[in-house]
Amino acid sequence: MGNITLKQITKSFGDVQVIPPLDLEINEGEFVVFVGPSGCGKSTLMRLIAGLEDVTSGSIEIDGRNATETSPAKRGLAMVFQSYALYPHMSVRKNIAFPLRMAGMSKEEQNAKVEAAASVLNLTDYLERRPGQLSGGQRQRVAIGRAIVREPAAFLFDEPLSNLDAALRVGMRMEISELHKKLATTMIYVTHDQVEAMTMADKIVVLQAGNIEQVGGPLELYHRPRNTFVAGFIGSPKMNLFSGEEATKLGGDTVGIRPEHLNVSTESGMWKGRVGVSEHLGSDTFLHVHDTGLTDLITVRVSGEMAVHHGDTIYLSPDMDKLHRFGADGLRLA
Amino acid sequence: MSTQHSRTAARFMIAPATVLLLGWMLIPLCMTLYYSFRRYRLLTPDRTGWVGFRNYENFLTNPAFMDALTNTLALVLGVLIITVVLGVLLAILLDQPMFGQGIVRILVIAPFFVMPTVSALVWKNMFMNPVNGLFAYAAKAVGLQPYDFLSQAPLLSIIGIVSWQWLPFATLILLTAIQSLDSEQMEAAEMDGASPLSRFWFITLPHLSRAITVVILIQTIFLLSIFAEILVTTNGGPGTASTNLTYLVYAESLLNYDVGEGSAGGVIAIILANIVAIFLMRMIGKNLDA
Ligand SMILES: Nc1ncnc2c1ncn2[C@@H]1O[C@H](COP(=O)(O)OP(=O)(O)OP(=O)(O)O)[C@@H](O)[C@H]1O
Ligand SMILES: [Mg+2]
Repeated sequence: MGNITLKQITKSFGDVQVIPPLDLEINEGEFVVFVGPSGCGKSTLMRLIAGLEDVTSGSIEIDGRNATETSPAKRGLAMVFQSYALYPHMSVRKNIAFPLRMAGMSKEEQNAKVEAAASVLNLTDYLERRPGQLSGGQRQRVAIGRAIVREPAAFLFDEPLSNLDAALRVGMRMEISELHKKLATTMIYVTHDQVEAMTMADKIVVLQAGNIEQVGGPLELYHRPRNTFVAGFIGSPKMNLFSGEEATKLGGDTVGIRPEHLNVSTESGMWKGRVGVSEHLGSDTFLHVHDTGLTDLITVRVSGEMAVHHGDTIYLSPDMDKLHRFGADGLRLA
Repeated sequence: MSTQHSRTAARFMIAPATVLLLGWMLIPLCMTLYYSFRRYRLLTPDRTGWVGFRNYENFLTNPAFMDALTNTLALVLGVLIITVVLGVLLAILLDQPMFGQGIVRILVIAPFFVMPTVSALVWKNMFMNPVNGLFAYAAKAVGLQPYDFLSQAPLLSIIGIVSWQWLPFATLILLTAIQSLDSEQMEAAEMDGASPLSRFWFITLPHLSRAITVVILIQTIFLLSIFAEILVTTNGGPGTASTNLTYLVYAESLLNYDVGEGSAGGVIAIILANIVAIFLMRMIGKNLDA
C-alpha cells in the first residue's frame, strides 16, 4: 500500500505546458518532499496525484493499479490543504468524521475513530468547537485528523505550515515527522522552505519549471548536487557559484563552494576580499565578502563570533575536497 | 472599532437623513392612525367624528379580510419558495464557467430592472392572455384549449409574475455568496468521498444559509406589500381570489370610498407585518450572527 508511480505525465493549462513529461517513483512508506521556487508546479503536481486536476497525458499508478482516470475519492489518498479547508459550519468532531460519514460508516464506528485520531493529535478537548474557535496550529491538526481517519494509502500535504508562525512551525514539523514514524504511511509534502525539506524528507524532489532537477536524500542533495540549480537551491545560506578564470583553474566551467566550507584568515589565503555586511547570529557569523574577483558577493559562514569590521581586508581559502565542479551545461563533473 | 470622535461625527452626518426619513414615515403613519379612528367616507365627507374602534371592527369582520390574509401569506410563501429554490439552482448554474457568461448574467438580472406594472402588463397581455397570449398560441399549436390563467388561477399567476421579478435579486445575492465559497473546501469534500449531491447538501447549502436568510428577510418586506401587479392584472379578482391585504386596503379606501376603514386596514397590515418580522427574526435571524 502506498506506491505511487508517475509515468511520462504532462500537464498543460491551455497552451502553457506547466509540467513537461515527468517520471517519478514514490515508494511505500516514504516521506517525499517536493521543493522548488514559487510557480514551478509543485502544487500542480500534487493536485495531479490527488486527482483534482486531470493529466494532459501520461499515467499515474497507485499500488500498481492505473489510477489516471480514477476519481479523487477512490484513489485512497488524503490531502491537507494550505488553507486547511475545514468545514466552518461543522464542529471539529463532524469535520474529522466527515469522510467516514460519506463512506456510510455507523455512528459508533465513526465516534471511535474520531476519538482515536483526536487523542493522537491532542484534540480531545476541542471536539465540540467550531474551526473558527481554534488557533492556527489546532486547525492544522484538525485537517490532519480528517486525513488520518480515512487510513489513506498516502497523505498529501500542500505547504501545510506556511500559515503558522515560526515557533509553531518547528513544533508542527516535529509532529508531522513523528506521525510519519508512527503511521509509516507514504507522505508527499510540498514546501518551498528548504529547512522543512531537509529535516523531514526521506527523499527530496527538486523541481524547476515543472522539470525534476534531482531526486535524492537530503544529504545526497547537499553533498552531490547534480547541477548548478540544485547546488544554488539547496543549502542556506546559498552556495557560492562562480565561473571564469578562477573556475577554470579549479577544473570546471562553474565552481561552487558552500559558505561553511570556506576558511577565513586576516593574514593570508587563496582569495583576497573586502568585508561588507556581517550577520551575527550568535552561533554563527555570516560574512558578505566583496571584491574577490570571483563574483560580486561571496558568503562565508564562520562558527561563533568573528571580530572583523566593514571594509576590513580578508583572505579566503576553500576546502579543496568540498569544491563542486560543473560543466558548461551546468551538470556536475565527476 | 471606532473612536468616540468618529462615532459622534457619524451621528452628526446621518442626522439630516434620519430626520427626513422620520418625517417622511411618521407623518403618514400618524395620519393613518388618526383617520383610522375617524368617520371619513368620501361619499359623505361632511359627516365626520370619532368612531372608536368601529373601523377596525368593520375591517376585521369584512368577509374579504380572511381571504386577503390567506392570499397575502400564500403570495409571500409561494414567491419565497420559488425564488429561493430556483435562485440557488440558477446561482450554481451561473457560477459554472461557460461561454458568454457576462451576457448571460446580465440577461438573468434584467427582469429586476423592469417596473412591476410594466412586467405585469407584459405578462398579462403578451403571455397569459387567453386569445392573443403566447401561452394560448402555444396551447393551440399543440391542439389544447387555451388556459385563461388570470381568471382560472389568478393567485398562482400572480405568484408566477412576482417570482419572475424577484428571481434575479435572489440569484444575484446567492451567486455572490457561492463565489465566496472557498474552492479548497469543495476539493477537500471531493477527496473525502462526498458525491456532488452531498457536496451541495453539506458544503454549499450551509455556506449559503446566511445569504438565503438575507434574501428571505428582504423579500418578505417587499412581498407583503405587493400591489401594482394585482392592480394591473386581476384587480384582486375574480371575487377576492387574488386580493391581498394591501389591495384590500386600497379597495376599501378608494373603491368603497371609506378612508376610515381603509386606514384601519393599513394599521392592521402594519401590525401583521411586524408579527411576521418578529417570527422571521426568531426563526432564521440567528443565521445572521457571524
Ligand atoms: N488553473 C490554472 N490555470 C492556468 N495556469 C495555472 C493554473 N494553476 C497553476 N497554473 C500555473 O502553473 C504554474 C505552476 O503553478 P503551481 O501552483 O503548481 O506552483 P507552485 O510550485 O505550487 O508555486 P507556489 O510555491 O507559489 O505555491 C504557475 O506558473 C501557474 O501560473
Ligand atoms: Mg503551491
